Amino acid sequence: MKLGEGLVYSKSHEWVKFEGDTAWVGLTDYAQSELGDLVYVNLPEAGDEIEVEETFADVESVKAVSDVYSPITGTVCEINEELLDSPEKINEDPYGAWLVKVENVTAKEELLSGEEYEAFVASEQA
Amino acid sequence: MLVFEKSKEGRGFSSLPACDVPEVLPKEEYRRGLELHLPEISENDLSRHYTELAKKSYGVNDGFYPLGSCTMKYNPKINEDMAGLPQFTEIHPLQPESTIQGCLEVIQKAEEYLCEITGMNRMTMQPAAGAHGEFTGLLLIKAYHESRGDHKRTKIIVPDSAHGTNPASATMAGYSVVSVPSMEDGCVDLEKLRAVVGEDTAGLMLTNPNTVGLFDKNILEITDIIHECGGVNYYDGANLNAVMGIVRPGDMGFDVIHLNLHKTFSTPHGGGGPGSGPVGCKEFLAEFLPSVLVEGTEKLTLKKPEHSIGEVKSFYGNFLVVVRALTYLMTLGKEGIPEASQNAVLNANYMMNKLKDIYPMAYDEVCMHEFVMSMEELKKGTGVSALDIAKGLVDNGIHPPTMYFPLIVHEALMVEPTETESKETMDKAIKVFRKIYNFAITAPDSLHQAPVTTPVTRLDEVEAARNPVLRYQF
Repeated sequence: MKLGEGLVYSKSHEWVKFEGDTAWVGLTDYAQSELGDLVYVNLPEAGDEIEVEETFADVESVKAVSDVYSPITGTVCEINEELLDSPEKINEDPYGAWLVKVENVTAKEELLSGEEYEAFVASEQA
Repeated sequence: MLVFEKSKEGRGFSSLPACDVPEVLPKEEYRRGLELHLPEISENDLSRHYTELAKKSYGVNDGFYPLGSCTMKYNPKINEDMAGLPQFTEIHPLQPESTIQGCLEVIQKAEEYLCEITGMNRMTMQPAAGAHGEFTGLLLIKAYHESRGDHKRTKIIVPDSAHGTNPASATMAGYSVVSVPSMEDGCVDLEKLRAVVGEDTAGLMLTNPNTVGLFDKNILEITDIIHECGGVNYYDGANLNAVMGIVRPGDMGFDVIHLNLHKTFSTPHGGGGPGSGPVGCKEFLAEFLPSVLVEGTEKLTLKKPEHSIGEVKSFYGNFLVVVRALTYLMTLGKEGIPEASQNAVLNANYMMNKLKDIYPMAYDEVCMHEFVMSMEELKKGTGVSALDIAKGLVDNGIHPPTMYFPLIVHEALMVEPTETESKETMDKAIKVFRKIYNFAITAPDSLHQAPVTTPVTRLDEVEAARNPVLRYQF
């Protein structure tokens, strides 16, 4: 399992990168490997409000459709449109393939450091 | 090879009689501008083409087909005999009622028997299949709340083990979906359910036995919780095969249900369809039912319910499927129907107990008509996934069980043998399952390659999903 640079992680397997009150959210390497090859991504629209622990997107693999939960509360200011045509980018480069860029982040769930996230995944698999 | 590729210009055959009326062309604006690409092929070659396709396919008539949550039971041939009677086939939906009394009697009897089995008061045969039935049922729930001026009910509650069609149908009907988690034992978490219900609850959608093959022991409490907050309980009939003639959804507290005649009542399923998804309801919802209902005793007539939601399909639904289901009901009778369910449950428990020493069961307890195994440990240990096991079964002449469903069990394989399989067939299948498990341990690579004995081998599912080719290019 790979980790990214300067990222924090949620227990529902999303990563977040903060810059002031702006944040990028994506799926972890562990999440993409568990989901398998992705074939479709459904993203919110710019301007949508997203909320901690609510679903804001879904991803589809040949196995199933899975919800993506938001680790933060804020306003989507940009979506990664490239993913809509090339969902495989999430499998190829999970920490480069951000799903949404979020502004005015007002709340976040308790997020894990890389080390803590690794330990969490290990404990889930045990 | 497609039939278009076998086409040779000028070849062909025509079974149409000579035209005995003057030829009239449609108006210019209605005429097709593009060339009509019909294959030109002789009757002999066409017949061989379809025989070749039939040889490449696999159905219940070829062998074991334990597709969980789908009830791929055998369809008795007497059903086809009845559905082929000219009195049923050579009629027109606009014929006067007095000339189709027998057909109306079929619908009336089917409604009566299916209502008796499910504990409902009225039933429409119009919906074409399960998800269509769900959508229709939700429209009834909506019509009911709106008729009472209750516009604040915007949410449908669906457990996380539900069929994907449940949240999809609720969304189609304009509701937002609230998902409630299951407990360790696969049943609905009552505390979590209580926490999400309220004045905005329109209703609940549930299957029982649930999607992991267990009967939810709290069912009366669950339906009470919804009723107490003013909601309506919807029963997804997907798993009725475990309990028909034994326990009735109506007595469990459900107000509206759909049935899959193509699952539970032995009418053709899947590519062999069409399906049929009758929707039944309690008295208080009957005034909203779609289309027309058969009324009367001596002289039968068709009558639209007073506040009908309208039409959800043309005319009377897939009528000939209803003929088949009624034939099944009358063949089995009131003793045979519960016996079929008992045998379905017995067969599932037999297979489960013959496999559980090597295949980990997601819920190791007495199951209903199906059971769920998890390949999670196997995958971690050997790299062999549920998909690989499924493909290995294909090489051994068995249709794979349902894979990767329910979503709450990782690497799931869901097996539903149905009541129409003999002990010998199941014993053979058990042997195959065990053999494949041993392959997974000793030669995992062979399963990654499977199937190798079929007309087409392992298909690239990812490429097919990402770049589907859905049209033939001329």
